[in-house]
Amino acid sequence: MAPFTIYTILGLGIPTLAVIELAFRTEHGQLTFGNMSAVSQGTYRLGFENSILLATITSVIPGILGLFLAYAIQTSRSGLLRRLVATASGVLANFGGINLTFIFIATLGSTGVLTAWLNYIRLNPWHYGFNLYSFFGVVIVYMYFQIPLMVLVITPALGGLRPSWREAAENLGASSLSYWRTVGVPVLLPSVLGGMLLLFGSGFAAYATADTLTAGTVTLAPIQIGEVLNGNVISGEEHIGYAIGFGMLIVLSITMIFYGLVRRRASKWLR
Amino acid sequence: MASMIPEIAIEETQGDIPQLTGDPQSRRRPRLRYWRGVVLFLAGVYFLIPLYAGLRFSFQNDAGQFSFYAVEAIPSQTGFTAAFFLSLRLAAVTTVLTMVLMVPTATYVHLKLPKMRRVLDFVTILPIVIPPIVLILGILDAAPRWLKASPYLLSLVYVILALPFVYRSLDSGLTAIDLKTLVEASRSLGGRWISTLWHVILPNLRAAMLSATVLTIALVLGEFTMASLDLWTTLPVWIYQFSQLDAHIATAVSMLSLIGTWVLLTVIVSVDRSQSRRTRRRTGIL
Repeated sequence: MAPFTIYTILGLGIPTLAVIELAFRTEHGQLTFGNMSAVSQGTYRLGFENSILLATITSVIPGILGLFLAYAIQTSRSGLLRRLVATASGVLANFGGINLTFIFIATLGSTGVLTAWLNYIRLNPWHYGFNLYSFFGVVIVYMYFQIPLMVLVITPALGGLRPSWREAAENLGASSLSYWRTVGVPVLLPSVLGGMLLLFGSGFAAYATADTLTAGTVTLAPIQIGEVLNGNVISGEEHIGYAIGFGMLIVLSITMIFYGLVRRRASKWLR
Repeated sequence: MASMIPEIAIEETQGDIPQLTGDPQSRRRPRLRYWRGVVLFLAGVYFLIPLYAGLRFSFQNDAGQFSFYAVEAIPSQTGFTAAFFLSLRLAAVTTVLTMVLMVPTATYVHLKLPKMRRVLDFVTILPIVIPPIVLILGILDAAPRWLKASPYLLSLVYVILALPFVYRSLDSGLTAIDLKTLVEASRSLGGRWISTLWHVILPNLRAAMLSATVLTIALVLGEFTMASLDLWTTLPVWIYQFSQLDAHIATAVSMLSLIGTWVLLTVIVSVDRSQSRRTRRRTGIL
C-alpha cells in the first residue's frame, strides 16, 4: 500500500498542487489574484462555458446510449459478441486524439465515405450547414470514446441486477414496466448517474481530439491551456494556463464529490 | 428422464455472465429481440463505418484507387522507426512499472485491507477525469531537471494514466479467484510471501494481467497530449507530424495500431475463457 500511496502522491498530488500554486503567482513569483480574475471573464470564461456544455452533452447522450448498448450486449446469447464488444470498449475508450480525428475525417469530412454515401441519396450534411471541424463535430467525435467508456463502467452494475429480483417481481404479479419502475431503475440509477459523471469528467478533460480535429479553433478550456503552452499568448500572461488548469480542477472536484456520493448510494444494492 | 429436461434447458440459457432476461414468458421475447436488434444495429453503424472509412483510406493511393502502397511504405518513412521504437520502449517500461506497482498493491488490499478497496476504487478512477493537459503542466513544473531530460518521464506518468484500467482489471481478476484459501494453503506449506506471490497469485492472475497489459500498451501507443507537450516524438506525435506529408500513410499507421490492439485483446480474452470456463468472470475489462 505504501509504494502506491507514494506513487500517487508524487504523480498526481504534487503536480496538481504545483498547478494550483502557480495559478496564484506572477511570472516573477509574486502572489497574485490577477490570473484567476483574468480567467473568470472574457474569452477564457467562454472557454469554460463551452467546455462545460460540451461535457454535459457528451455525458448525457453517450451515457444513455452506452447504457442501452451495454444492456443489449449483456442480455445477448452470443458469447463472441459479448467478448468482442467488451474488448472493443476497452480499446476504444482509450482511442482518441490524432487517430480518432483521422478516421472521422475519412468518414464525415467533406470527401469522407459516409458523406459520399449521403451525397448519393442527396442528403450531403455539408450542404445543410454541417461542419465536422466545429463544436458540433467535436460532439459527434467524442461519442466514439464516451459510449465505450459508459459500456465499461455500467456493465458491472448491470451484472449486479439479479435475475431473482425479476423473478420475485413477476411472481408477485409485476409487469415488465412495473419491475423496471420499482426495482430496476432505482437500483441502477446511482450507477448510471455515476457513469455519466465520469463521462462528464472525461469529456471536460479531453484535449487532443478537439485540438487536432479543429486545429484549435473551438474555444474550449483545455485548448486554451494548449495555446498558452505552445507560446501563443501575450507576454505577462504565461501563468494564465495554470489558472485555467486550476479552474478545470475546481469543476472536476465538484464532479468527483457528486461521483463519490452516488457511488456510495450505488454500493447499497450492487456488490 | 423427464426431470432432466428442465436442467438442460437451464444450462442452455446460462452463459458465463448471469442472464438478465431469464424470462419464462416467451411472448415478451420477440419485442425484446427487436429492441436489441435496433440498438446493436445503430451501434454497429456508428462504430464500424468510421473503422471502414479509416481502413479504406489506408488502402488508397492519392488517386483514390485501391493500393497497398501506404501500408508497404510505413517502415521506410523518415522518423517512423525511431518513433515506433521509442513508443515500444515506453510501453514496455510503463507495463513493467504498472505491474510491479499494482499487482502487490491490489493483492495486499484484497487480502488485508478490504475496507480500503473503496478508497482505491476512487483514487484509481481519478486519472480518467484529471485533464492530461493540466497534469503535464504540473509535472513539467514539479519534475526535477534530470528527469525532464529523459523520455521515461512519460512512462512514469503513463503509469498513472493506466491506473483506472489496470486496477479494475486486476480487481476483477482477484475477485474471481479464492485468494484467501490459495494464500493460506501456500503459507501453511511453508511458502514465503514472495514465492506465494510469484508461484500462486501470479499464475492465477495471468489473464487479468494480460488484458491490463494490452490496455496499457494501447494507451501508450495512442497518447498524444503529454508526449507532444513534453516534446518527444512518440508514435502518435509522429503520425501527427507526418500527416502533413502523407495522410494515407499516417492513417494506415493509426488503423494498424488500433486493430492490432483489438485483435490481440480479443484473442487473450478468448483463450483465457476457454482455459478457465469454471471461474466466472464477474465483469468485462473495467
